[in-house]
Amino acid sequence: MLKVRLIPTILLKDGRMIKTRQFGEYRDVGNPRTVAKVYDAQRADELIFLDITATTENRHLLFDIISAVAEECFMPLTVGGGIRTVEQAREMLTHGADKVAINTAAVERPAFITEFSKKFGASTVVVSIDYKKNREGKNEVFTHRGTKATGLDPVAWAKEAERLGAGEILLTCVDREGMMTGYDLEMLKQVTSAVSIPVIASGGVGTIQDLVDGILIGGASAVGAASIFHFTDQSIFKAHSHMKQKGLSVRK
Amino acid sequence: MIVIVDYGLGNLFSVQKAFEMLGAEVKVSGAAEDICAADRIVLPGVGAFGDGMDFLREKGLDSALTEEVMGKKKPFLGICLGLQFLAETGEEHGEHTGLGWIKGRIRKLDVEKQGLKIPHIGWNDLTMVRKSPLFAGINPDADFYFVHSYQLDCGDPADLVATATYGETITAAIQHGNIFATQFHPEKSQDNGLKLLENFIRWKP
Repeated sequence: MLKVRLIPTILLKDGRMIKTRQFGEYRDVGNPRTVAKVYDAQRADELIFLDITATTENRHLLFDIISAVAEECFMPLTVGGGIRTVEQAREMLTHGADKVAINTAAVERPAFITEFSKKFGASTVVVSIDYKKNREGKNEVFTHRGTKATGLDPVAWAKEAERLGAGEILLTCVDREGMMTGYDLEMLKQVTSAVSIPVIASGGVGTIQDLVDGILIGGASAVGAASIFHFTDQSIFKAHSHMKQKGLSVRK
Repeated sequence: MIVIVDYGLGNLFSVQKAFEMLGAEVKVSGAAEDICAADRIVLPGVGAFGDGMDFLREKGLDSALTEEVMGKKKPFLGICLGLQFLAETGEEHGEHTGLGWIKGRIRKLDVEKQGLKIPHIGWNDLTMVRKSPLFAGINPDADFYFVHSYQLDCGDPADLVATATYGETITAAIQHGNIFATQFHPEKSQDNGLKLLENFIRWKP
């Protein structure tokens, strides 16, 4: 039986691990390698690394971190941050990433999803979708770390990403990110029922029950979280055990 | 020396580091002469079936591999796409011919009707079909990490070692003499995966 996945998200800025609220208010929360090792030891199901400062010039910082983590942690790693070409995606994979998350580049040039998927297989391509309420109060996809409106509807964009070859969707509610008030279950439910690829829920986890709700109510295949592991006494162990108690199938 | 076959796609780094951590001497190479010099051969796997097979053929690696593994019976481990290459045919992005060492064909998972997601991504436990040295000392209810949309319809049930359940029965591990292969990623399956790789290193024909 397939187990539900609990995935700590590691946000990177200039080689350090940070945490944000609604994509702003940066707080330094430690050394990414050390934190990754702890998550590995606690049997996290996967890790997601998102580098919010990665550019072509400083991508070596990200490569160094990923390689160092991959040398010690024999678990699945998804990495994203400024990836715009198939060649950059390949480089990420050769440095130890298993899946590559693409966001802004996928919106700007949707054919990139297809090129990437054809080359490395759909299961390598994670399309990351950040959305928030726009001025009219409607949910809208934003790129460039939540700063640029796209006019895209999150559900429609998720379906299009699937059609173009995405293997997975990482769905982040910017309004909830770092707020610890729970996932946006309404939108999560809409996206998970609209696509037939797995969806990773992200943004808002404040209690371990939020993780259970993300799966049972939101229909997510995997649940991402960050703040809860930095700023509360909850751990991957406790979260897994709570999920199991609530009847979810988790890894032994 | 273990040679990890590089066919220009995907994450070979983790496979390499896993074997190195287990104390093995490893070389990552896409050259036929290295495959010929290897004691053991690992064909890892990320990428698309057609592109991967094209690469193996262009570099003459398909015949080198067949000579060393089928001819000289060197211990061989295929991982994920490296398992799928062993089949006779694959249907990812059109029909492609595989290495044909194992009877069977690669087809897309048939689970969408049940509302299950494709790709099959995550940790899944196995059902052991028969004993294999690959799983020595591994708890029978251990979980392994899968990430794939296609699977092997095994043509010869005698090759089947373990299956997994995801809406249907999936080929999880096979063995045909000196040929071992897993659909899941041992290099991504933490302690159980490392144990499996260690079993492969220790196995003697």
